[in-house]
Amino acid sequence: MDWLFYIIGPILLLGIMLGFVTYAILFERKVIGWIQNRPGPNQVGPWGVFQTVADIFKLLTKEDIVPERADQTLFKIAPIITFVPAFLVLAVIPFTDRIRFADLAVGLLYYMAISSITTMGILVGSWSGNNKYALLGGMRSAAQMISYEIPLVMSVIGVVMSAHTLNLTKIVAAQNEVWFIFPQLIGFVVFLIASIAELNRTPFDLPEAESELVAGYHVEYTGFRFAFFMLTEYAYIFAMASLTTILFLGGWQAPFGWTFLPPLIWFILKFAVIVFLLFWLRGTLPRLRTDQLMEFAWKVLLPLALFNIFLTAVLKEVPWIQTFYR
Amino acid sequence: MNHNLLVITLFLVLGLALPIAAFTLSRFLRPDIPSVEKRLNYESGLAPQEGSWVQFHVRYYLFALLFVIFDVETAFLYPWAVVYDSLRSSMGLMILGEMVLFLFFLVLGLVYAWKKKVLEWK
Repeated sequence: MDWLFYIIGPILLLGIMLGFVTYAILFERKVIGWIQNRPGPNQVGPWGVFQTVADIFKLLTKEDIVPERADQTLFKIAPIITFVPAFLVLAVIPFTDRIRFADLAVGLLYYMAISSITTMGILVGSWSGNNKYALLGGMRSAAQMISYEIPLVMSVIGVVMSAHTLNLTKIVAAQNEVWFIFPQLIGFVVFLIASIAELNRTPFDLPEAESELVAGYHVEYTGFRFAFFMLTEYAYIFAMASLTTILFLGGWQAPFGWTFLPPLIWFILKFAVIVFLLFWLRGTLPRLRTDQLMEFAWKVLLPLALFNIFLTAVLKEVPWIQTFYR
Repeated sequence: MNHNLLVITLFLVLGLALPIAAFTLSRFLRPDIPSVEKRLNYESGLAPQEGSWVQFHVRYYLFALLFVIFDVETAFLYPWAVVYDSLRSSMGLMILGEMVLFLFFLVLGLVYAWKKKVLEWK
């Protein structure tokens, strides 16, 4: 029956991801509505539950316009290049010790490598449309994503040093004593900030700065091709919140031995906290300036991430404290 | 064959199938009435001036170079971090010293770039 799980599982996961995206968008709009003291979407269905579904159907029936002067082939495949890695990274995420698909020895490295392909899709999409706003947005987006990728990959090295593995299942198993968020606090903060920047979300949403760049890299896209760029963004929230849960919050492990809830529920609870945190930050923080954004990555986050590696190595030598680092 | 690779292939196939299926479905649902005006590039409502495939600012290239340097560095850091503890017990603190030396030269490069104002975004 094992092979059945490996065939049905990914299809179900795709459905769950699409369901998550649909309701994450609604939830985000609701949360931001509450923060701004307004009700948020409430017209389509009770409590607005069908708002995103209606939006999807609207996009599905919109005309697909390809600019005359665009590079036709690249313009059409760019949304696919952007979306495919967002789903591919989910292959290595272990949701519980039984619900996992590909148990790669280099799971973490795989996630980092595959997720950076998306930058390429964004760059292709922005360039091929032959639009100035899109090109500027795409270039900014690429510059931002590569700059924040360095602190992102370096902040987890402390975790790898404590867990002695890149396999995500074993990283969770290494946290049954203490979650890595406590010994790796600096790593966690750097990871969280860098991951928000990788997701192109407020306060790092400059590529989409609607007040200056219209909408960023997808200006020329209409209908369902546009929808796939948005889908990718929320699919990455799903993937990144899962990864944060696994690396720093102990994955499916119950805190204080409270095992009265099944592991999957614990995973979902921690995952939901991270997702809510992302929405909360969007409702609270203003957008950064481009120069602040780039300098923050190279002058603050990168040295901090390097310092964290060194600190972890040093604390491994200190008696008593070292027990938390291995 | 390793079942992990098969699973990843299945994820790849599904990831490709979803956009292709969605685009095909929307082809039957959407109108298709192209016109010259619709197919113009968007430029604040005016007729677009020239193309946008032009020479671009060099600062993006500088950041790309910095990125490559540090990304290669992480490719060295990952295996080092995985075997850190086993090498710590067999060869002592040399394992830390070597990486600190390696990082020192890279940070030296970063400081140089910093002083040369490469990291400034103007």
